[in-house]
Amino acid sequence: MKLKCYPSKEGLYDPEFEHDACGVGFVAHLKGEQSHSIVSKGLELLANLEHRGAVGAEKNAGDGAGILTQMPDTFMRRVAKEEDIDLPEFGSYAVGVVFLPRDPNAYIECKSIVERCIEELGQECLGWRRVPTSNETLAEMVKSVEPFVQHVFVKKADDIDSDTFERKLFVIRKYAQSVVTASSVQGTGYFYMPSMSYKTISYKGQLITEQLPLYFADLGTDDFESALALVHSRFSTNTFPAWALAQPFRYIAHNGEINTLRGNINWMKARKSLLKSKLFSDDELDKIYPYLINEEKGSDSSVLDNVIELLVLAGRPLPHVMMMMIPEAWRDDEMDEERKAFYEYHATFMEPWDGPASVAFTDGKFIGATLDRNGLRPSRYSLTKDDILVMASEQGALEFPSEDIVLKGRLQPGKMFLADLENGRIINDTEIKADISGAHPYKEWIENQKINLDDLPLNREVKQPNHNTVLQRQKCYGYTQEDLKTILTPMANDAYEATGSMGNDSALAVLSHKSINLYNYFHQLFAQVTNPPIDPIREESVMSLTAYIGSQGNLFQEVDENRNFVKLSSPILTNIQLEKLRGVSKFNFKAKTINILFDVNKEGSMEVALENVKEEASQAVEEGYQVIILSTRGTSKTRAAIPTLLATSAVHHHLIEKGIRTSCGLVVESGEAREIHHFATLIGYGANAINPYLAFESIEDMRKRKMINKDVTPQMAEQNYITAIGKGIYKIMSKMGISTIRSYTGAQIFEAVGLGDELIEKYFKGTPSRLGGIDIDTIEKETLLCHSIAYPTQIIEANDLGVGGQYAYRQRGENHLFSPETIFLLQQATRNESYETFKQYTKIIDEPNEEFITLRSMLDFTKKSPIDISEVEPIENIMKRFATGAMSYGSISEEAHTTLAIAMNSIGAKSNTGEGGEDASRFGTNKNSKIKQVASGRFGVTANYLINAEELQIKLAQGAKPGEGGQLPGHKVDEIIGVTRHSTPGVGLISPPPHHDIYSIEDLKQLIHDLKNSNKDARINTKLVSEVGVGTIAAGVAKAHSDVVLISGFDGGTGASPQTSIKHAGLPWELGLAETHQTLLKNGLRGRIVVQTDGQLRTGRDLAIATLLGAEEWGIATSALVVEGCIMMRKCHLNTCPVGIATQDKDLRAKYTGKPEHIVNFVKFLAQDLREIMAELGFKTIDEMVGRVDKLKGREDVKHFKAKHLQLDRLLHKMYIRTDDTSYKTMEQDHGIDAALDNELIALAKEAIEHKTSVKEHINLRNVNRTVGTMLSAEMTRKHGEAGLSDDTIYFKADGSCGQSFGAFVNSGITFEVEGDANDYFGKGLCGGKLILYPPKNATYIANKTTILGNVAFYGATSGESYIYGQAGERFCVRNSGARVVVGSIGDHGCEYMTGGRVVILGDIGKNFGAGMSGGIAYIYNEKDNAAQRINKGMVDLDALETSEDEAEVKSMIENYIKYTDSKEAREILADWKNNKTKFIKVMPKDYKRVLANLPRVKDEQDVTAEVTA
Amino acid sequence: MGKITGFKDYERKNFTLAPVSERIEHYNEFTTPLSKKETEEQGARCMDCGIPFCHSNYGCPIGNLIPQFNDQVYRGKWENAFRTLMSTNNFPEFTGRVCPATCETACVLGMNETSVGIKNIEYSIIEKAYKKGWMKPQIPKRQSGKNVAIIGSGPAGLAAANQLNKAGHNITVYEKESRIGGLLRYGIPNFKLDKKAVVQRRVDLMSQEGVKFITDANIGVDIPLSEIQATSDAVIIATGAGKPRDLPIENRDANNIHFAMEFLSQSNSRVEGEVIPKEKNILATDKHVVVIGGGDTGSDCVGNSIRQGATSVTQIELMPKALLERTDDMPWPTYPRLFKLSTSQAEGCEMDFNVLSKSFIKDEKGKVTGINCAKIEWEGRGFKEIEGSDFVLKADLVLLAMGFLGPLQDDIIEELNLDTDERSNIKTDGFKTSVAGVFSAGDSRRGQSLVVWAIYEGRECAIEVDEYLTASKTMLNSRDKSLCEV
Repeated sequence: MKLKCYPSKEGLYDPEFEHDACGVGFVAHLKGEQSHSIVSKGLELLANLEHRGAVGAEKNAGDGAGILTQMPDTFMRRVAKEEDIDLPEFGSYAVGVVFLPRDPNAYIECKSIVERCIEELGQECLGWRRVPTSNETLAEMVKSVEPFVQHVFVKKADDIDSDTFERKLFVIRKYAQSVVTASSVQGTGYFYMPSMSYKTISYKGQLITEQLPLYFADLGTDDFESALALVHSRFSTNTFPAWALAQPFRYIAHNGEINTLRGNINWMKARKSLLKSKLFSDDELDKIYPYLINEEKGSDSSVLDNVIELLVLAGRPLPHVMMMMIPEAWRDDEMDEERKAFYEYHATFMEPWDGPASVAFTDGKFIGATLDRNGLRPSRYSLTKDDILVMASEQGALEFPSEDIVLKGRLQPGKMFLADLENGRIINDTEIKADISGAHPYKEWIENQKINLDDLPLNREVKQPNHNTVLQRQKCYGYTQEDLKTILTPMANDAYEATGSMGNDSALAVLSHKSINLYNYFHQLFAQVTNPPIDPIREESVMSLTAYIGSQGNLFQEVDENRNFVKLSSPILTNIQLEKLRGVSKFNFKAKTINILFDVNKEGSMEVALENVKEEASQAVEEGYQVIILSTRGTSKTRAAIPTLLATSAVHHHLIEKGIRTSCGLVVESGEAREIHHFATLIGYGANAINPYLAFESIEDMRKRKMINKDVTPQMAEQNYITAIGKGIYKIMSKMGISTIRSYTGAQIFEAVGLGDELIEKYFKGTPSRLGGIDIDTIEKETLLCHSIAYPTQIIEANDLGVGGQYAYRQRGENHLFSPETIFLLQQATRNESYETFKQYTKIIDEPNEEFITLRSMLDFTKKSPIDISEVEPIENIMKRFATGAMSYGSISEEAHTTLAIAMNSIGAKSNTGEGGEDASRFGTNKNSKIKQVASGRFGVTANYLINAEELQIKLAQGAKPGEGGQLPGHKVDEIIGVTRHSTPGVGLISPPPHHDIYSIEDLKQLIHDLKNSNKDARINTKLVSEVGVGTIAAGVAKAHSDVVLISGFDGGTGASPQTSIKHAGLPWELGLAETHQTLLKNGLRGRIVVQTDGQLRTGRDLAIATLLGAEEWGIATSALVVEGCIMMRKCHLNTCPVGIATQDKDLRAKYTGKPEHIVNFVKFLAQDLREIMAELGFKTIDEMVGRVDKLKGREDVKHFKAKHLQLDRLLHKMYIRTDDTSYKTMEQDHGIDAALDNELIALAKEAIEHKTSVKEHINLRNVNRTVGTMLSAEMTRKHGEAGLSDDTIYFKADGSCGQSFGAFVNSGITFEVEGDANDYFGKGLCGGKLILYPPKNATYIANKTTILGNVAFYGATSGESYIYGQAGERFCVRNSGARVVVGSIGDHGCEYMTGGRVVILGDIGKNFGAGMSGGIAYIYNEKDNAAQRINKGMVDLDALETSEDEAEVKSMIENYIKYTDSKEAREILADWKNNKTKFIKVMPKDYKRVLANLPRVKDEQDVTAEVTA
Repeated sequence: MGKITGFKDYERKNFTLAPVSERIEHYNEFTTPLSKKETEEQGARCMDCGIPFCHSNYGCPIGNLIPQFNDQVYRGKWENAFRTLMSTNNFPEFTGRVCPATCETACVLGMNETSVGIKNIEYSIIEKAYKKGWMKPQIPKRQSGKNVAIIGSGPAGLAAANQLNKAGHNITVYEKESRIGGLLRYGIPNFKLDKKAVVQRRVDLMSQEGVKFITDANIGVDIPLSEIQATSDAVIIATGAGKPRDLPIENRDANNIHFAMEFLSQSNSRVEGEVIPKEKNILATDKHVVVIGGGDTGSDCVGNSIRQGATSVTQIELMPKALLERTDDMPWPTYPRLFKLSTSQAEGCEMDFNVLSKSFIKDEKGKVTGINCAKIEWEGRGFKEIEGSDFVLKADLVLLAMGFLGPLQDDIIEELNLDTDERSNIKTDGFKTSVAGVFSAGDSRRGQSLVVWAIYEGRECAIEVDEYLTASKTMLNSRDKSLCEV
């Protein structure tokens, strides 16, 4: 039976998609002195990180907490004695911690298995001890699955040393786990062994942090001594009984998320046959293997721990293993060659375990931590003069007198920090890595084993384009005119991916009548909340497309002579490159080409051919071929190609199953692949490289036919195309937070819609495809449809490619929800207030016959029990549940934007301002948007903006391009838009892909808390986009105290986006909504949160289905624009909207004809249409209708050749509603702001707020005081508006450590002077206030060499000033648009995306400074002359202090700095100003410079892509 | 797409018309196309809409890929544009001349600007194609061995013939008149559609492609359909809707009162050089001509009458004069009933609306001399006479152009006992009649309509026939479905 950590799959809930994020930390005595005090401090640290964990529906049900310590020898001896066990000397015994089931039979079974396994491995079981526990404080839900916790004592066999003993213990644990799993005894699922070691021991459980010491009395015992304590508090998106998933694990405590998990697991499996170890016998490896990965347990952290453990025990030092698995970005110019060689060497056989991560690790002797390459998790450390070392996610979590601190620092991206407790010293990153990378001649090894692809000789003929047959072959693969024009042309011309707009309203692949390429059944997944997407353009330094082809060799062996590999700089191969690879003869390399064709005249021959291909491939690998090339070449009248993706994935999985996948490289020579999404799926399912020969030929053919630009040569066209694919793949990887193609390869970051279970299981194992779908015979049929057109039996008219119709409506093209008829009827109905016409419109959409477009069109109402419509609640009630989608002023015109606001306000519904801010003159009028959005760009998010909302929406993703940022090109930023967005007119604006204050679920919780503080009356709404696992994220969102969660469909979205994203990223809302409702109910959280949905909602029927699937509110956007006059030009990104909606052009705006009444009519009609359905189904109110899936069924009458295979009933799982929960929102979230420090601050500042009298007070701070100053600022702003009060009217002097988000959204007139240090998000959204931070006056450390400020300070600040004496962390002043800040030094990615303000940095900067910076100025004191190389010069110029204005500006800012912080270094700079001023670098964005100088725009990249922030 | 800002940069330009005084002197076409550059600029005005209403049901009935060919023309890719055009439209040289261009009234740009000049672009593409020799006979790849008989050589019959020939079937077209083309040949005046240079050019091309034409074969009258059926695997009836609406008022039996088609076909025949027996002559020369009916057919009568040298031409219409601009009742993109002076009307005729013809006046020889008329007022769907508004219109020749009511001859219908609908058109399921193997397309099935609808009918009917004959999926293009589709 399966391990039972999570409940099993139910409905759309699948435990595979659990996420966790956490608080992590450790306390250690640097000199290794063991004491109970370390353990106590560890527990105290843990308790102070409680706010980073989460509680579920029951307040006392936590997600898990735990502690890992050294073996407390004295304690163990004593307690063993009590059981009559005499322990041998330390090192010769081990203690295993075992979770045992409560069921008596299962209990006995598990225990005896453990004992048997110990003996089988030649060790001795000394006996058991029942660990005293007290479950009084536990929640019922947690108690219901509480295991017995026992210790098992194991004695080392005499003939082995301690290290061998440790390995045996590991085998015992793994082996016992697999024997228990195989046991037929019921109830053994709760069995789990948290640890079994002679060095360390862990205590953990599904507890909240305070419960840990209460539950385990052992931890409070004075003789329980350790020199280290590694602690962890878990925030899981779900609140399920998951005792085993509490951390720490055996070696690590992980705060993060492994984005590439599926691929990593597959690759680990694939390595099996190559694993050989001197340290483990083959028999032992066999025992370990079944539970090596432990994937069924669901937690990425546990899998990571498993692999780390294996690699450590197999002989590599722990830091070495960490470097292999979580490598830093190693293309860095500043890195030494040895280290680069180390990374490259390991890159050839271990893909990065990619994702945001802060990992604390220990083997009992060393304790340390490392950070992922992006540095997306905070880690701060300090050391006291008593040698107490503390590392935690936050500074100040453990308080020490400031004069006792000798060292403070933070972990930087990709860096490691290690304490050697035996030798009593801290080893820094450079030293550790130099040691490890110097241990072997990696550089030499690499040089001997590697060859660059382009250096291979060309000894074969290169295939040339054949213009006579290109059309025929294009037809074989379903090429359309759109593929050429929309997709390939911009790629070949400008190396750009096509941009589109207005979402996707065409049929899903499985619902289309047409032959659709298999790729289109796969939807890209993306990161939201639990892990941040990356910006592949501005942070390209962390990205890599480099891949290696060849055998990976034995993972356990440091040097493997047999390993050779070819290095590819891009996964896309030209024909020349492919032939080089095909003809490879260096080393013992051989390449085998396998044709993937089948006979068109025999039904079912595709499957037969596919099986043959698989066999041929595995045989070739066994025969020693190291390159397998799957080729579609050779199609003919009688032979068609198996879809490339199908063949690739089938072979990939087949080789994994055989355990030989890592012995070869898998290359695809495909005529089918042409779009970026195609390449991403091929790579995602195992292809190492792709040669898209027909796409190349098509481009060359188009070039010859003059369809692409004249000045583009064949070589340029090919190179442009490859470049565009590379950029596109970067974008797709980065939206999942993945940086390297090596870890993306085989990672399967997709969800399928419409592929049958058998097909998935057989060829795409591990891919979610929740509604089932077509089989291989249907795929064959689709393939043959295209083939028959390529080889027709008669004249085909005009003999051209099909029209497509995917990107624009076309006769004979794909079906769209918005057709000429539906647009016409909807506009007529709403203009003429004709409900009759509206019903004509709904009829077309609601009764599609067999022309299905959406999943909901496949559903039917059931069990009609009609009531009279007069009994149904009135239209007015229902209308309040509507919101319009987030469309910013900027992406749409002022007219279109205000029409929506006026209309929605007039009926009690809500309009959404979008992410572009809002003109303050609309506040308080009927043009005020009730929903104010807070997106990653934070444009115009000020205290005044926030208090004028009824709802604050955090946009984590948008349907059109989930996981991506956007940009508003400079030409669209006119005067008014510039003002509302707090930026400079004419200067382009970039929205980053992630919110830089949300890298994890606990960060979201923090932002929700911040926003609630900024406006305590506003509902907080979290916007997500549908994808598999969104339900678990929504549960996390509910636990993070969001009041509303919005599940957007992938298809919605009015903004401009890359076509790949519009079409292929995200999933329909039906899936996400149903999963969300089900998962919330399963967690008992549904009653706490409003569920809203949007995405191509068109009719009352759509709303009814949304309601029955679990939504009580709905959003409309595209249809609302159509009512305003939009006719789906899909040219929003070009500023040429002919109806004046998506344009800022004055002439075009004059053509706008929309009126608020039209929108009101629309909402009224929708509500009425919905009421009619309610009456039919017998519902009087929406509330009683929410989630009633029993009123729905899948249509039974479907004949459609693909759609008939779908199993829609899976969407309709009825989830049990717990007695303390409801199926719609009935309970308010506890935001915990009553206890906030700000309540005191407001009281203290009362006089100032009411009478503008100056107030100066003193306060004390701790890290648990979060979001200090925000509520105060809100109160003051309510009274005094945007302008606030005059400088320093409210002045607080504070001592201590600032909690997160200190000074967020602080308005003018408020000053905080902090003596101490600060954590992340300091000064977030600062809008006029003043923040001063300096170290305690009695501190002994040097301020400028000490990190006193955390990451992401001043994110989205719009004005105000700040003075920071000391080092600040990464991403300082990201998206600053107006604040003036002076700081000692800063970490990586400083001033990213900055659009305004002034930043003066008096010391070092980190890497990638000024990326995406389009406005404002930064001045860097470049004393060490190292700044220039760390600046990303993509958008900025570096100058000296040129003018006297510059000089005066910098000087006066430094003078202020000295006044507030008394900085010694700053004084020195001013002391010799004449000399020192020449050491300043002025960093100024080129665009900004140009605008200030009033120069004309030069056409740049932004115009070509012309993306718009929606 | 065209140029991104083309619609803002360029004004609409139309073909120029020869001055009235010049053009009424002959029966030749009288338009002068735009230059290549001008046409390409007109193509640039296309906005490449996300939803091109021009090729929707509101616009082009055959789903011409208008945005595609507009763009191709804009980019100077005329041959590509020609291929695009030919993929949906068998006879762009006809529609490019006589189509009322519902595409243009549905053009998105036409919502608040002048629409793209689609019809002229179409004309320019096809004429360039003929000139450059791109129009070549398309000889079928293989012969199916199946015989298809098509009764009627109007646009529907020709389109069906053209399509089925591509599919490799043996096609024979039967025409009761002596020249091929039906309404194209006999109805539409030569000055709008040149018979030799345009219609015959196409007929010749089709002949080269293997389509057999048999003229003077009045099936159902001279030859029973059963005879045709015996040698055919499928029959398509495309005989049109030639039965005119009559005006059964007093003295309808007077001489010189004719149905418009009688007048028009004779006039066309005469232009083509046919000698009409004097006794059969219907000539407007030196006559006061009154055309009853304000539609296109009426206009064609006006144009011919003027060219024949009528003393006066008056066109009367029962309905009120249509409005000049769209109202809320005729919203974009629907085809608006607007008043537009036809080129013939512009050549000099009196027009009157809301006119009820109460009785004809005949002289003692039985010749018509005038019409007793009265003005009326419309009330909803009914009307009433305005008291005291009676007047007499002088008339030596009266042409009745009040629309058509269904197939002209019922012989075939009777012979096969075909089901008909309430408007006496042939009733079909798709294009299948109630008799197996017999299909119908065009006005005989659909009722009186446009040339472009006839082409649509012929094309779609051909698909059904092909699938009927081969019992497998057709490779012919349909308007709504792509080939890559189940």
